[in-house]
Amino acid sequence: MKDTGVFFIYLAVMAGVTYLIRAVPFVLCKGKIKSKYIRDFLYYVPMAVLGAMTFPDIFYATGSYASSIAGFIVACLLAFFEKSLLTVAISASGAALAVNLGMMLFK
Amino acid sequence: MKGVRFYAAGYMSNFRKGLHDGIPIALGYLSVSFTFGLQCIANGLSWWQAFLISLTNLTSAGQFAGLGIITAGSGYFEMACTQLVINMRYALMGLSLSQKTDRTVRGVHRWCIGFGITDEIFAVAMGSKREVSNKYLYGLILLPVIGWSGGTLLGALAGAVLPDAVRSALCIAIYGMFLALIIPPAKKSSAVMKVILIAVALSCCFRYVPVINKISGGFAIIISTIAAAALGALLFPVPEADTKEAAE
Repeated sequence: MKDTGVFFIYLAVMAGVTYLIRAVPFVLCKGKIKSKYIRDFLYYVPMAVLGAMTFPDIFYATGSYASSIAGFIVACLLAFFEKSLLTVAISASGAALAVNLGMMLFK
Repeated sequence: MKGVRFYAAGYMSNFRKGLHDGIPIALGYLSVSFTFGLQCIANGLSWWQAFLISLTNLTSAGQFAGLGIITAGSGYFEMACTQLVINMRYALMGLSLSQKTDRTVRGVHRWCIGFGITDEIFAVAMGSKREVSNKYLYGLILLPVIGWSGGTLLGALAGAVLPDAVRSALCIAIYGMFLALIIPPAKKSSAVMKVILIAVALSCCFRYVPVINKISGGFAIIISTIAAAALGALLFPVPEADTKEAAE
């Protein structure tokens, strides 16, 4: 990020929108959301957004398919057994690192 | 005078209770934001830029998506839309939390405390047996903010000194964390799993299918998210008990 001015515009947009969406409903709201549909929609949003952000990007995360897939498999297994966020994240990185190093050694 | 003293005592205990309840949140944030700091450095931002983003945004998914947009040099409108959709859940949390606060949380305090509504802070505040005061909320928010921005700073500094092989391997950490967030609830609810699969399928289409893969990353995530969540709400209405549980 070379251009500091551009960075600050991005920062202002990002922080401004994030702040307003948090604060405005909190400040203005007096009642509960009535629509069941809207509440269900908002209930599903966090899961949907995480899914969309993870795939297919996870397969390109580490610079090689082999190490990305190794990290992906390890993460899925540990997440399935409900290990903590940190355990899953570090183990996925460890698996990717092992494959990266292995490929450097045997190339 | 007596009234003033009581007020001061109430202030301390309430504020300290908040600080105390914020400790586990701050520790959790330290590790997640460390990854964000690393990722910023890997994408060419400097340490102070990473730090400022975390200090002013205080959110995980939105920041990671925002980082992608900054790196790609996409437009400001796309940035605004992405943050709006990804952080829309905070609007819902703000609505719920507004029902839970006592009369001290009014006026300018609302505008200040609104900044600190995150998934975890919201969950802890809602878990309190009684209505929460502004002092309690300030205490609750303080340490997580320090943990989040401090962790980012540490990650960014580590990113600058770690060897390439380690740095690139660490870039998968955030996705591992996302999987750890979505797989357990997907195991418990087939509706949640289907919504995730729809979002994943759409997101992959936006990457691989000709013509629509011209749509940039931020919008692809927005469209995938809205379509999957809207379909989910239409096809799999959530039992009342579950939305209540999620809101608490």
